Amino acid sequence: MRRSIWLFLSLCAALSLSLAACDRDAAPQKPPAASLGGPFHLIDQNGRAFTDQNLLGKPSAIFFGFTFCPDVCPTTLADMTRWLAALGPDADKVNVVFVSIDPSRDTPKVLKQYLGNFDSRIHGLTGTETEIARTAKAYGIFYKKVPLPGGGYTMDHTAGVFLFDRSGQFAGVISYGGDPNRGVAPLRELLKR
Amino acid sequence: MKRTILLALAGLLVAGSAMAHEYSVGSIKIGHPWSRPTPAGAVAGGGFLTLTNTGKEQDLLVSGVTPVADRLEIHDMSMTGGVMRMRARPDGLVIPPGQTVKLAPGGFHIMLIGLKKPLALGDHVPARLKFEKAGEVDIVFLVSNPPADGSGGMGGMSGMEHH
Repeated sequence: MRRSIWLFLSLCAALSLSLAACDRDAAPQKPPAASLGGPFHLIDQNGRAFTDQNLLGKPSAIFFGFTFCPDVCPTTLADMTRWLAALGPDADKVNVVFVSIDPSRDTPKVLKQYLGNFDSRIHGLTGTETEIARTAKAYGIFYKKVPLPGGGYTMDHTAGVFLFDRSGQFAGVISYGGDPNRGVAPLRELLKR
Repeated sequence: MKRTILLALAGLLVAGSAMAHEYSVGSIKIGHPWSRPTPAGAVAGGGFLTLTNTGKEQDLLVSGVTPVADRLEIHDMSMTGGVMRMRARPDGLVIPPGQTVKLAPGGFHIMLIGLKKPLALGDHVPARLKFEKAGEVDIVFLVSNPPADGSGGMGGMSGMEHH
């Protein structure tokens, strides 16, 4: 089983490389303001309050997504799970955070069940529509609800993983796709700061 | 009978296997339909395959149904400026004569929306696809890791048609 997970992850890497090639001409990503986006008040997958203050003191890797997402989000969460495994004991010294930009579907209960498939140290955050909108704006995240013709909707959203150092300074974006280990070195670097 | 054997073999070789299975209807050949396993709690899954039109006329993948989900839709995914966008293609997907269209991660794909249970490694997910000219065909998506032969990558045509 473990072997097939690694195989899966390495195959994802190969897929991601081809994606990265396709994205070469895309507009450069606009980084958020040079500080931890700003204050936010959200709820984690256990129903507990979680704010920007919970992130300070450790480097953070933050990804905005939604559980309905069939491809980019589970791939990124699998990548982040891999980074935590690669960090070994240092994994407890970083924050890895998944913020839902689809709070009406992603309740804490839904997030808890969904994140049960990934590293248990990943914080899943949701909140009111207003709080999520405010948080996304502070972090420079674009998202938009798009109705599907057959009913329901999907979400467009910024897909990179945003890095912050332990004092909350913005430290870079890990783009979607590429080597599934691509987050390990930047996180190690942030641990040295 | 042949299909039963094929499926049994497929079941034995699910772990990242490049095992191919194929269907055809009219001038359309359908190569290796597969789906990723879905995390528990996921309400949607993706389906991937290749469509080859061996005929002289354009055909159209119009729609489909599956018993495992409320709806089967044809979608296109793109990444522009770091933003992931997914769009339904309610008018279907054109398969030009003599060409192969890949439905693969990062591009065109089939969405199974409203999954009745998670898709697990080794599951066989039946579906019926409808083509404008070739008509209907029953296929099985093999729930597996992306194939190792590169067909899981961003497909030729799909890469050119971001919009």
